[in-house]
Amino acid sequence: MIPAAFDYVRAGSAEEAISLIGEHGDDAKFLAGGHSLLPLMKLRLAQPTVLVDIGRVSDLSYIRDAGDHVAIGALTRHMDVETSDLLKQHVPLLAHAAGHVGDPQVRHRGTIGGSIAHADPASDLPATTLALGATYIAQGPNGTREIAASEFYQGFLTSALEADEMLTEIRVPKMNGAGWSFQKFNRRAQDWAIVGVAAWRRNGDSGVALVNMGSVPILATSVSSALAGGASIEDAAAQAAAEAEPQADLNASVEYRTHLAKVLVKRALTEAS
Amino acid sequence: MTMTEDAPARTVLGQRLLRKEDPALLTGEAKFTADLVVPGALHLAVLRSPYAHATINSVDVSEALAAPGVRAAYAGAEVAAMFTGPLPCAWPVTADMKNPAHFPLAVTKAAFAGDGVACVLADSAAAAKDALELIKVDYTPHEAVTNLEDALSDRVVIHDELGTNKSYTWDLKIEETEGQVDAAFATAAYTTKQRFIQQRLIPAAMEPRSVLAVPQPFGGDMTLYSTTQIPHILKIFVAVLTGIPEHQMRVIAPAVGGGFGSKLNVYPEEVLCTALARKHKVPVRWTEDRSEASMSTIQGRAQIQDIELAADADGRLTGIRVRLIGDMGAYLQLVAPGVPLLGAFLYAGVYELPKAYDFSCTSVFTNMTPTDAYRGAGRPEATYAIERSMDALATEMGIDPLELRRRNFIPKDAFPYEAFTGLTYDSGDHDAAATVAAELMGYDEFRARQAAQNVPGATKLLGLGVSTYFEMCGLAPSRVLASLNYGAGGWEAATVRVLPTNRVQVVTGTAPHGQGHETSWSMIAAEKLGVDPADVDVLHSDTAIAPYGLDTYGSRSLPVGGVAIANACDGVIDKARQIAAHQLEANPDDLEFSGGVFRVAGSPDREMPLAAIAWAAFTAHDLPDGMEPNLEHSTHYDPPNFSWPFGTHMCAVEIDTETGQVEVLKYVAVDDCGVQVNPLIVDGQVHGGVIQGLAQALYEGAVYDTDGNLKNSTLAEYLVPAASDVPPITLGHTVTPSPTNQLGVKGVGEAGTIGAAPAVINAVVDALSGLGVRDIDMPASPNNVWHAIQAARASTTSSTHGGSQ
Ligand SMILES: Cc1cc2nc3c(=O)[nH]c(=O)nc-3n(C[C@H](O)[C@H](O)[C@H](O)COP(=O)(O)OP(=O)(O)OC[C@H]3O[C@@H](n4cnc5c(N)ncnc54)[C@H](O)[C@@H]3O)c2cc1C
Repeated sequence: MIPAAFDYVRAGSAEEAISLIGEHGDDAKFLAGGHSLLPLMKLRLAQPTVLVDIGRVSDLSYIRDAGDHVAIGALTRHMDVETSDLLKQHVPLLAHAAGHVGDPQVRHRGTIGGSIAHADPASDLPATTLALGATYIAQGPNGTREIAASEFYQGFLTSALEADEMLTEIRVPKMNGAGWSFQKFNRRAQDWAIVGVAAWRRNGDSGVALVNMGSVPILATSVSSALAGGASIEDAAAQAAAEAEPQADLNASVEYRTHLAKVLVKRALTEAS
Repeated sequence: MTMTEDAPARTVLGQRLLRKEDPALLTGEAKFTADLVVPGALHLAVLRSPYAHATINSVDVSEALAAPGVRAAYAGAEVAAMFTGPLPCAWPVTADMKNPAHFPLAVTKAAFAGDGVACVLADSAAAAKDALELIKVDYTPHEAVTNLEDALSDRVVIHDELGTNKSYTWDLKIEETEGQVDAAFATAAYTTKQRFIQQRLIPAAMEPRSVLAVPQPFGGDMTLYSTTQIPHILKIFVAVLTGIPEHQMRVIAPAVGGGFGSKLNVYPEEVLCTALARKHKVPVRWTEDRSEASMSTIQGRAQIQDIELAADADGRLTGIRVRLIGDMGAYLQLVAPGVPLLGAFLYAGVYELPKAYDFSCTSVFTNMTPTDAYRGAGRPEATYAIERSMDALATEMGIDPLELRRRNFIPKDAFPYEAFTGLTYDSGDHDAAATVAAELMGYDEFRARQAAQNVPGATKLLGLGVSTYFEMCGLAPSRVLASLNYGAGGWEAATVRVLPTNRVQVVTGTAPHGQGHETSWSMIAAEKLGVDPADVDVLHSDTAIAPYGLDTYGSRSLPVGGVAIANACDGVIDKARQIAAHQLEANPDDLEFSGGVFRVAGSPDREMPLAAIAWAAFTAHDLPDGMEPNLEHSTHYDPPNFSWPFGTHMCAVEIDTETGQVEVLKYVAVDDCGVQVNPLIVDGQVHGGVIQGLAQALYEGAVYDTDGNLKNSTLAEYLVPAASDVPPITLGHTVTPSPTNQLGVKGVGEAGTIGAAPAVINAVVDALSGLGVRDIDMPASPNNVWHAIQAARASTTSSTHGGSQ
C-alpha cells in the first residue's frame, strides 16, 4: 500500500494547474479528491511522476443556477451535490445519485469533476450526467471548450480530455418536473453498482443511462426511442441492453448482468412514470 | 461439582459490564505492533511470486542492493540457511502424512501466487518496497493445480520430492458390527446424498499482520512483537528455528486487532524478522498490505464434502457416510491437517446416531494460499453438511425440518451422553434451545405468511432456515489431543496474586485479540475473591510476564484458561484461610469466606478481610509456621473434557427472484454456552460469529482463476459485510451449565459462525424450493441465486417435456 515515488505540487487556480500539468508532461496527473487515483497508486497500477493537487482550487467548488441549467464546479464534493437545495429542486436525480456514491467518507472527499474525468463506467455520476444530457467544460492552455456528455466517454477510463486539459464545470439541464429514478444494485451498501440505472421521463421524452454495462457509461437510446414510439415500459425495458457491452466479473455473468439491466430499467421507468 | 457450592449468590458473574479494554482501543491509546516506535529499525519487504506454480531458476538481488536505503537483500536459499529447518506443522494426523519442506522463502519452486521468493531490508518501508521491483527472478512457470479432484489425480505434481499431491487420508469408521453402515443404507427408508462445497474464505482480521523483532546484541536476548494469537507457541518455534535459546526468546503480542485463526501460525515473516534482526543486530519490522494479507495469510474452509444420510421411516438417523477432500493449499500450515478432524466427530450434529458412521478425509495440495484453522475450524463445515442434509431429508419425507430435528435430538435426560464416537457430551437441552428459537422467530406465523406469499408467479419468496449445532470446543484434554497426534497439550496456566494493598493481578496464558479477556478474567477473580473487578489487572500475551500458556483459539480461553484462573483463586483463598485462621486463632474449617471477608462461623465479630490478610502475607511478621510469604497461587489446568456449547439458529429471508437478491428479514440465534461470565461479551461474540457465518453464506469467497491467481485480493472485491449490510439479530439464550468445571462455563467464540451459514442457506433453499431449487453454492450472491433459479426452471421445463420427474 505504498505508492511509487512521485513529486507533488499544489495549484492555487485552474490556470496554474493547467500550466503545471503542461510543464510536467505526460506522466503528471491532477489530484482532486484522490479517491480514485490514490487507490490505483497504492496498488501501483498508476505511477504518475508528478501530482498536481487541485483540491484547494476552491473557486471551482460551486453549484449555481444558470437559467436553463445548473452549473457545478468540478471541485464540488459529492456531499455538496447530494445536499444542494438547488439541485434537489432542479436536478433531483443528480443530488440523489450523489448520495449513493460510496460511503460518507468517500462523499466528503471525492469530487464530481474527478468522478467524471476518471470516466469509470462503474461510477454513478458519469452515467447520471449522461442520462441528463449534461455538458462538460474543459479548460486547456488555449482556452475552454464544451464537450457533450455523449461525446466524452471514449473507452475504459478514457475521456475526451487532453492530457493538459482540466475539467472545470459540469452543466446539467434542469429537469423541469420530469419523473426520475436511480436504481443502484449492489451487494454491500458502499459498493460500486453491479448494474445501475439513471432515468428520467417527461411526456414523450426520456433519458436512460446505464452504470457498469460496458467499458463506458451507456446511453440506452433504444429504450428512449421505444418509449417515444409508444412502447410499454415492459417492452421498452426489454431494449435495455441494446447499446451495452457487458463484461463478466466476480459479481455477475454477462447473462445475469444483461438480465439485471432489463429488470432495473423496468423498475426505473415505472418509478419515473 | 455443583454450581452453588460455596457461592450462594453470584455478585459479579452475569453482569453486563462494559469492557475495560475498550477505552484504550477506542481512543488509540492501545498500541498495535505497527504503532510501536523503535529507533533504527529496518523494514522488511517480501517479493512474492506472481506465478502460482513455477520453478525458480535464479534470483538476482544485486540491483536491489544498490538501491537507495537498502541494507540487505536475500534470495530464498540464503534465507533457508539461517534456520534449523523448515516452518512447522504441528499436527501430523497420520504417520504417513506427506509434508513438503516449507521454507520462509521458496527455494526451488514457488507453490502459490504470493509465496515469498526474496526479501529486502531497507531504511524505510517505501525504500524496501521500491527495491523489490529491482529484483530479477527467472521463473519457469508450470500449469497450476487449482481443482481438488484434479490435484488428486496427480496429473501435475506440485512438490516433486513428494511425488504426489495427496497429503494424507484419515478415517473414522465406527461400527458395532462390521458392515453396519452398509446395512443401514441398504435397509433405510430414506437416504440423502449430497455434495457441498466449502468455498475458501479470507479471514480478513481488521489489523493486518505485523512483526517487529528487537535484538539485544550484547546480551543475546531477542524480543519479538507480533500480531499473534499464540505468543507462547510462537516463542518455542521461533527459538527452535532460529537457534536462539528459548530462555532468551521473548514474544509479546501487543494489542491485537482480531485473528479468527489467521494469527494462529508460525509465519515466514515472524521467523524472518527474528533471524535478520539477529544477523544484522538491529530491530527489523514488517507490516503486511491488505492485498498481501489476502494472498499470504492463511485462508479457511476449502473442502469438498460428500455426505449421505440413512434414516428409518420416522426420519431417525441410522447411518452417516462422509467423504471429504480438504484443500491444504500449497503447504501444511501449523494445524491445517487437523482442521477436518475437528469436524470429523460432528457430522451427526446434535442427533442420536447408532454406531454406523463412516468418515474419511483426504487432503491435497493445490497451488493456492495455504489454509488453516478459521473461526470454527472443521465444525462450521461439519455443521453445514449435516444441517443442509437434514433439510434435504425433511424435504424428501415431506415433513417440517424443525420436526425432523426434534425427532433426532439427543434427549435432555441422556446427558452426560456418550456419543457413537466415544466422546462424552457434557450437557445439553436441544429441545429447549429450539423451542426458544421458534418462539423468537414466530415460527408458525412465518410458515403461514410464507404459504400465503409463495404462490406461483410470486417474485418475492419467503424462506425459513433452521440449524442446530454442537460446538466441540475448549481445546482440550491433552490426552485426547495426543490420541489425535496433535503436537501439544491443551492445558492452560494461571497465576493469581493479591498484592499488599489488596489489588489483584491475574496472569493468564490466554492471548486475547478482541475477546475481552481482561474484563472477563477480572470478573472471575472478583467473584471468587470478593474484590471489585476494577481492582483486578490481567497480565497476558508477554512470555516474560506470563511464561506458560497455550494461547487463544478453539473457544478454549474461558473453559480452560478462565477455569484455571478460578482454580488459582481457590489456591489463594486456601492460603488466605490458613493465615486468617492463624491470626483469628480459629480452626480453618470454621472460617466462612464471602464478600472478601473470612468470618468465624457462629462468631460474626471475629473476621479478617482479604486486605488485611494480603498485608499480613506481605509483611510475613506473623504467618503460620513454615508458610511462605505473599499471597499468590499458580496452577495449570488440563480439562477433563471438551466443552459442548450448543444452540439453534433460525433465519428468515425474502428473495427477489428477478434480481436474485437475498434479504435477511430476521435472524434468531439461541446459544447455550453454560453459565455466562459477562452476557454483554457473549452477545458480542455471537453477533460477530453470526455475521461471519452469514458472510460465508451470502458474501465471501476467495476466487482463484485456473492459473492460480487470486481474483479478489482487495476489500473492494472480497466482500466482507459492513455494519450497514448486517441484518437485525435477535439473541436468546438457554443456560445449561457444564458439569465438568467449577464455573459451569463453555466456550462461545465460534458458536455464531458454526450455526449461521447453514441457517441462512437452508432459508434460501427453502424460499426457492417451490421453483425446484434443491441446493445453491455459497456465497448465495444475487448472481448465483439467479442462475440457480434459471437452472431449476430449465430442468423443470425439460423434464416436463421429457415426461418424467
Ligand atoms: C471506498 C470507495 C468507494 C467508492 N464507491 C463509489 C461508488 O459507489 N460510486 C462511484 O461513483 N464512485 C465511488 N468511488 C469513487 C469516488 O466517487 C471518487 O471520489 C471519484 O470517482 C473520483 O473523484 P476524486 O475527486 O476523488 O478524483 P481523483 O481520485 O483525485 O482523480 C481521479 C482521476 O481524475 C483526474 N481528475 C480529477 N479531477 C480532474 C479535473 N478536474 N480535471 C481533469 N482530470 C481530473 C485525476 O487526474 C485522476 O486521473 C468510491 C471510492 C472509494 C475509495
